Amino acid sequence: MTEIYGKKATRYGFGDALVELGEKDDKIFVLGADTAASVSIDGFQKKFPDRFINVGIAETNLIGVAAGLAVAGFTPFAATYGVFASGRPWEQIRTTVCYSNLNVKIGGSHSGLMVGPDGATHQALEEIAIMRCLPKMTLIVPCDYIETKKATAACAYIDGPVYIRYGRETVPIITKDDSPFEIGKADILRDGKDIAIMACGTMVYEAQMAADILAKEGIKARVINIHTIKPIDEKVIIDAAKDCGAIVTAEEHQIFAGFGSAVAEVIVRNYPVPMEFVGVNDRFGESGQPYDLIEKFGLKDVNIAQAAKKAMRRKGS
Amino acid sequence: MDNADLKIISACVRKDIIKMLGLSGSGHPGGSLSSVELLVSLYFKHLKFNPKKPFDPSRDYFVLSKGHVCPVLYAVLAQLECIDADELCTLRQAGSRLQGHPAKDKELPGIEISTGSLGYGLSIGVGIAAGVKQLKKENRVFVLMGDGEQQEGSVWEAAMSAAHLKLDNLCAIIDDNSLQIDGQTQDIMNIAPLAEKYASFGWHTIEIDGHNLDEISAAYAQAETVKGKPSAIIAKTVKGKGVSFMENQSSWHGKAPSKEQVEQAIQEIDAAVK
Repeated sequence: MTEIYGKKATRYGFGDALVELGEKDDKIFVLGADTAASVSIDGFQKKFPDRFINVGIAETNLIGVAAGLAVAGFTPFAATYGVFASGRPWEQIRTTVCYSNLNVKIGGSHSGLMVGPDGATHQALEEIAIMRCLPKMTLIVPCDYIETKKATAACAYIDGPVYIRYGRETVPIITKDDSPFEIGKADILRDGKDIAIMACGTMVYEAQMAADILAKEGIKARVINIHTIKPIDEKVIIDAAKDCGAIVTAEEHQIFAGFGSAVAEVIVRNYPVPMEFVGVNDRFGESGQPYDLIEKFGLKDVNIAQAAKKAMRRKGS
Repeated sequence: MDNADLKIISACVRKDIIKMLGLSGSGHPGGSLSSVELLVSLYFKHLKFNPKKPFDPSRDYFVLSKGHVCPVLYAVLAQLECIDADELCTLRQAGSRLQGHPAKDKELPGIEISTGSLGYGLSIGVGIAAGVKQLKKENRVFVLMGDGEQQEGSVWEAAMSAAHLKLDNLCAIIDDNSLQIDGQTQDIMNIAPLAEKYASFGWHTIEIDGHNLDEISAAYAQAETVKGKPSAIIAKTVKGKGVSFMENQSSWHGKAPSKEQVEQAIQEIDAAVK
């Protein structure tokens, strides 16, 4: 059964990690764009005001200034809502940050439909697609508060650009302090050989719940938390394809060019098996309560369980 | 170093630009030639820069925001013996460190960061200047932009933040040659009055003739004395300066000279310093 160890928004994991980083490393610099409290970087701002810059509502400058700080020897973290952290300054991220392989870490908060009432303009559903296509970029989509905190702390000490996708809504905590976390290493949460469910971010919890549903029907699912989408853990994916023979991916993101596509790229090259994709199907989000939207857009545990059975039916066909 | 020396160096840089572009068969002569004196004065008189230790932590920083004019920077770095003069012949060739726009990943000494997409350099300069200040270091940061580049909105996001952060260690240089690819800047999308715009954003502004070595040097010196705000040097220049058939011609923005044109250009540049 899926275990829950409390509830907390992932954005606080990002913010709490930054404060801890700031205490032990005076090269950590944080930049905001008028959204400091809502993306949870205000704690760092209060504690280390001389290592914090608020550029105002100016996201291209946000990334450019962060790049300059990296040239000057700092490890800058620039954070704002995901739509504006990834989309508006995309070319700065590409040409200034990635092409120069700068040590810039980008925090993309307010990811996915769970932004809720603000609606489509603020629901980032495309960052995985537009960040994972960039050379040099590391892309992490942690599943809960604890994992976001670990990911944030870890990315400060890998060389080069990193994008961390996290969220605003309170979500279940499903990992523990001593759960394994290593950038680039997927985490097998439960073993099974009938179907592999691979998920990232908030969908890891739904994937676990889906595995509970399937278990009641005698189907043993392998659930894999793929928090690092780039570089992706090819071995764990290929092993799952060989052992389970069918795969479902789940993401709170556009299906096109997203997480599932990243998994599919590994599968088709190495060990093709039937795959189903749970995610947002080529449409914009809309206003609503977070979990109502998850249900409306078909991202619930039941949807994943259905997709699992569909993939299993296609085995050997 | 006196003006006579700087004039000779400028002529050498101009000739290298022309030769490089002639060999590569592509590139941007117009804006490279308009920036020559601005960069020669900076690198030979003002910039704290050790060609033997180009990334020394005590250096001043230079960001070439108008990255397409990198031939002038490559030629200046060769004059400083920071890179080998022979390497200039490899411009834009496969495997060369001298990319068509400056590339950090090719590890060419003196290139701080990849540039070439216009409108990005000033933000980078703001970040470096803010970082240097946080470290309580005295180093200065220079960013060279074009006049057409001022049409990019990101320039003004950066300009706003530089004044807000009181970055008096930051100096923007605008090579105002009045031309862009499609024609006269004032016809394409007017950016004038540039000095007033920067002043209204909270900058100290200095307007000069961008080919007059005395005025250029005085401007860099003045910028260093200004406290509490960044400085913008708006340098009126001639696109294609020094080569008669290129001067004030937007058609020479991004076109390489033929073999005959290279010879004619070099004769003209030599004649001007004799």
